[in-house]
Amino acid sequence: MAIGTAAGLFSGIFGVGGGSVIVPLLVLWLGYGEREATGTSLAAIVCIASFAAAVQAGYGNVRVRDGLLVGIPAVAGVLVGAWLQQRLQTRTIALLFAAVLVASAVELLLR
Amino acid sequence: MIGAIVIGLAAGVVAGLLGVGGGVLFVPGLVIFLSLTQHQAEATSLLAIVPVALVGALRQDHYGNVRRRDGLLLGLFSVAGAAGGVALANALSGKVLQVGFALFTLVVAVQLVRKSTRAPGARAGDSAKEV
Repeated sequence: MAIGTAAGLFSGIFGVGGGSVIVPLLVLWLGYGEREATGTSLAAIVCIASFAAAVQAGYGNVRVRDGLLVGIPAVAGVLVGAWLQQRLQTRTIALLFAAVLVASAVELLLR
Repeated sequence: MIGAIVIGLAAGVVAGLLGVGGGVLFVPGLVIFLSLTQHQAEATSLLAIVPVALVGALRQDHYGNVRRRDGLLLGLFSVAGAAGGVALANALSGKVLQVGFALFTLVVAVQLVRKSTRAPGARAGDSAKEV
């Protein structure tokens, strides 16, 4: 229950799914294996993001067209990414991507 | 329009590859490349996450990795938190929210580095495909 509330709060404030909160907490507090934590987290995120998006729509912030234009290609992207994951050594990519995240954080901070 | 599609594809590939969420990519992508405000980007990101998480959850369920009851309970218990979070986000100025989001992004970056250095040679997104 605490995990759900914390994840919802994060999701609502930052517009993310909450997986980065749910997965570690399921592992640490409830003794989940990482695969189960990830799968269960995804199922929870479907509920969390749907609800939070609906609330945001009430504030008039949701750009439905942009959301679909981003979200639907992303599904295809995830499938490609998961396929690549089986074939690539992703450690270097993970580090590179962390650098991209830092760069995007800096860009947002300087705006 | 092309911009939105490219952001979606790119974010999806990275999400599938590394198990990092879609939102942490959607939000800066929408702000930086489509010039949405931070509030609009966060709200739009939530909508974009739904199909991605849905497909991911179905796939994981197929592999037997979803504890359905717990997932549903988590989702239900998150409702109050999500409503509070959205209200808080809308009470904050775009600037404050953007700085907060940037800090959150940095935390995710650190998590990612730790995860991929903890198990040398392991695939970072091996078991994780979160959103």
